Amino acid sequence: MGVIHVTDRAGERHTLEAIEGWRVMEIIRDWGLPIEGLCGGACECATCHVFVAEDWLGRLYPPTDEEEDQLDTVVTKPNSRLSCQILWTPELDGLEVTLAPTGA
Amino acid sequence: MTDHIETDVVIIGAGPVGLFAVFELGLLDIKCHLIDILPKVGGQCAELYPEKPIYDIPGFPMVTGQGLVDNLMAQIEPFHPTFHLNEMVESLESIGTPEAPLFRVKTSENGTTFTCKAVIVAAGGGSFQPKKPPIDHIEDYEGTGVFYAVRKMEMFRNKKVLIVGGGDSALDWTVNLQPIAKRLTLLHRRDAFRAAPHTVEKMRSLVASGEMDLHLGQVTTLKGEAPVLEGAVIRKDDGSEHIVDCDVMLPFFGLTMKLGPIADWGLNLHENLVPVDTEKFETNVPGIFAIGDINIYPGKLKLILSGFHEGALAAQKVHRYVYPEKKLLFQYTTSSTSLQKKLGVAA
Repeated sequence: MGVIHVTDRAGERHTLEAIEGWRVMEIIRDWGLPIEGLCGGACECATCHVFVAEDWLGRLYPPTDEEEDQLDTVVTKPNSRLSCQILWTPELDGLEVTLAPTGA
Repeated sequence: MTDHIETDVVIIGAGPVGLFAVFELGLLDIKCHLIDILPKVGGQCAELYPEKPIYDIPGFPMVTGQGLVDNLMAQIEPFHPTFHLNEMVESLESIGTPEAPLFRVKTSENGTTFTCKAVIVAAGGGSFQPKKPPIDHIEDYEGTGVFYAVRKMEMFRNKKVLIVGGGDSALDWTVNLQPIAKRLTLLHRRDAFRAAPHTVEKMRSLVASGEMDLHLGQVTTLKGEAPVLEGAVIRKDDGSEHIVDCDVMLPFFGLTMKLGPIADWGLNLHENLVPVDTEKFETNVPGIFAIGDINIYPGKLKLILSGFHEGALAAQKVHRYVYPEKKLLFQYTTSSTSLQKKLGVAA
């Protein structure tokens, strides 16, 4: 067991209990924070776009080509990731992410 | 001139659930027309994940999104449904009574109108629309300086054009608009493109010969007094910023789903979903049903198989509206010769 910290679009930071084997998108969605996850985690829509805190970025598996292709469809920062592509493991206890803005 | 069509049922959305509803309605002798905003049938299955394997369709250990759609199309073929693709339902008006519902449905693109006895909303997450990048005040420039699609190329003649994106749309329009634009700039977040290789090559040669510009980075703000666009501020990965002069910006960031006009049809909504009962999957408006991902009820699971079940039950109630005098006899396709005749498989 462990937690992730998620800052929502209003700037409020939430500490969410995480479950091993779940995608970070699923954890965020399960706790009721506003993350769309339209395609359900298939890496096909980029509506689960998050910014990962700098010191965590290097500790994640790097994005696949498929994820990079999807990141092309949103306005990214160097620390952009799709949260459906981050599988939570105990090594990610304390992971810090911020929900990216959504377009109109 | 607008077409007018009279039919039993209009199904809004030609995704897997809308398609299977044709089957269930067809067995009950109910005719239908389907309307979808995409140029092809299949909804999310065909648009978002045609190649992705699905493992939870009963009877299919594995089927791809497109494979499922192809099979559904074969399954409903005996019922000859009519498709109206590339059209969005703009208005849905009730012109009947709760006991004998009647609806007028109008689409936006070429203004087809339908009169029907029931409407089945199988719209999934809503209608697919171009993804708008989260840039402040972008909406103030839409239609004058910002366009999400190219309708007439001539509009961009002698303009300073900024195209944003790295997929097929962005690259195709880059090479197509470059000859007529005053100056064309392509902006993408990285130096890798997921477009047809020969188009990427063509773009690279235009850059090499100095006939267009390629920048790597992201648009952060738009310049110019709205609605007149004058430039875009570009931020590179290293944090540095510069301005690209442009009269028009064309962001090609793919499609997303929006609820759209469904919100204006007098249906109760709960967080962009349509509440229904679990006996008939009917909305608060008698005669309008909602099945698949668009509906919500206690215990709802957003699974394709749930949508199939919902369509079967909705069809039972639709039958009462379409054939108020007829008694509905429950039959199996395995044993009923009358159903088998409808399917064209009777011995």
